[in-house]
Amino acid sequence: MILVTLVVFIGGTLWTIIHSFTSSRLLPKLNFAGLDQYERLWGTRRWLVSIDNLMLYGLLSLLLTLVIGFTLAAILDRKIRGENAFRTIYLYPYALSYIVTGLAWQWILNPDLGIQSVVRGMGWQSFSLNPLNNPDTVMYGILVAGIWQGSGLIMIIMLAGLRGIDADIWKAAKVDGIGTIKTYLRIIVPMMRPVFITALVAIASGIIKLYDLVVALTNGGPGISSEVPAKYVIEYMFRAQNLGQGFAASTMMLLSVMIIIVPWLYLEYGGRKNDR
Amino acid sequence: MTDRSQRLLDSSGPRGPKPRRRFSKNNILVYGVLFIAAVYYLLPLYVMVVTSLKGMPEIRVGNIFAPPLEITVQPWVKAWSGACTGINCDGLQRGFWNSVRILIPSVLLSIAVASVNGYVLSRWRFKGAEFFFSLLIVGAFIPYQTMLYPIVIILREIGLMGDLGGLVLVHTVFGMPILTLLFRNYFAGIPEDLHKAARIDGAGFWGIFFRIMLPMSLPIFVVAMILQVTGIWNDFLFGVVYTRPDTYPMTVQLNNIVNSVQGIKEYNVNMAATLLTGLVPLVLYFISGKLFVRGIAAGAVKG
Repeated sequence: MILVTLVVFIGGTLWTIIHSFTSSRLLPKLNFAGLDQYERLWGTRRWLVSIDNLMLYGLLSLLLTLVIGFTLAAILDRKIRGENAFRTIYLYPYALSYIVTGLAWQWILNPDLGIQSVVRGMGWQSFSLNPLNNPDTVMYGILVAGIWQGSGLIMIIMLAGLRGIDADIWKAAKVDGIGTIKTYLRIIVPMMRPVFITALVAIASGIIKLYDLVVALTNGGPGISSEVPAKYVIEYMFRAQNLGQGFAASTMMLLSVMIIIVPWLYLEYGGRKNDR
Repeated sequence: MTDRSQRLLDSSGPRGPKPRRRFSKNNILVYGVLFIAAVYYLLPLYVMVVTSLKGMPEIRVGNIFAPPLEITVQPWVKAWSGACTGINCDGLQRGFWNSVRILIPSVLLSIAVASVNGYVLSRWRFKGAEFFFSLLIVGAFIPYQTMLYPIVIILREIGLMGDLGGLVLVHTVFGMPILTLLFRNYFAGIPEDLHKAARIDGAGFWGIFFRIMLPMSLPIFVVAMILQVTGIWNDFLFGVVYTRPDTYPMTVQLNNIVNSVQGIKEYNVNMAATLLTGLVPLVLYFISGKLFVRGIAAGAVKG
């Protein structure tokens, strides 16, 4: 089984990379076409929109998830009554699938019956909250749902990191008269670098895979304004019957994952070997 | 941050004794933030529940936050046994049972294989074990998209494309890297001396595994189970690629029901269906507590 896994993972990946240099359409063929697929890919508006969307979503989701996750963890770390209840509430969305998340938020953000209509019903007629049907704001709508689902996990990772910090550090900071906020920013955060890196890798690998959430919330719409790379791959492979494009796009995804992962793996596992 | 609130925050040390005045301004700020966050996290669940218990006329005129005036379980019944996907109108129950039939064999198979793998990698070192292990870790991060199509070819070759059995195989294979890693690290923490003592007493490969390793590692088996159950139940990508309409898992069927463009939208039925799909991992989450956290934290960084 383990051998099968390796054959599928390594073999399958190589197979895809090799076939991304061919002009396969309905069926995979080995008629090499050089970099044609990649040139087409980077000349396709839909792919460029996908990349833009992913960058916007990725950057904001990374930043907001880290800030929210750390803030909540820092507050919960301060001997809070009902800590367990709060923790349970913040983490439960992570147990739900992206499909469930997407459908729940689609309903809340429904322009005719959701938040917008409730606020308008209270007398604020010009209030507008309809992110999912506007090409300029649709990614922010997806972002709200994505953060809702994923930030609890980061909170848990951060909380574990904070609990690992020696209480003497706090005493020392207090003796030196350093304020709470300053202690967090100047002392605690730098000490938690490994935790932040783990959180970063967790968020980043999730961002690149972003697919189900978009399918459930908007299915790429309106028009192509919320398309993402993972969706592009699936559409070209299984619907547009343009395998070569799908392979080239998935190879680009692999490349971007490797750019993030390889340095991290080197730090995490390569470093440990030297200690022995 | 203004000077004033800065001073307020500083006034009680974070590790100090419990503040005596329960409603100091500092505390109001802290609990205020926690409370607002809790509202954000709970709101969708609340809205789903109340919507699923209302009738459609009430939804059309009412407020999505208002509790139902008349509670009805009709939407739940319809979601379970009457909602339509395409021409089939037998509800989500088909997807539910498909998901169960995928889930149980995948979880058992993947944990059985991965635990033995982890055991071998941690105790019975063979030549190239380190290299093998590194490959597996790298494998865990490869985006699924690069392997989707080769697997279609493999499944077609062995005649399982579109079958539940094919999906079970896919889930087992993709669970391998992370589970093997989990088991290897856990087994590596069991004292080497136990292993040596057992060998001196004449226990073999399987003897040590079943009589020493297994009884000592129940928590990690529970963690692995939680990781796999939530991961496989919530999967959408593999389900949509490797099955056909009559073998769709629950998530895929749910998306088809709710996002279908035909017919009048029945929001109450949709929300009941969404809750039904989320129920299995939610129940698991609420009963397993701390172990759940360990399970998902372990799975957080997979491809």
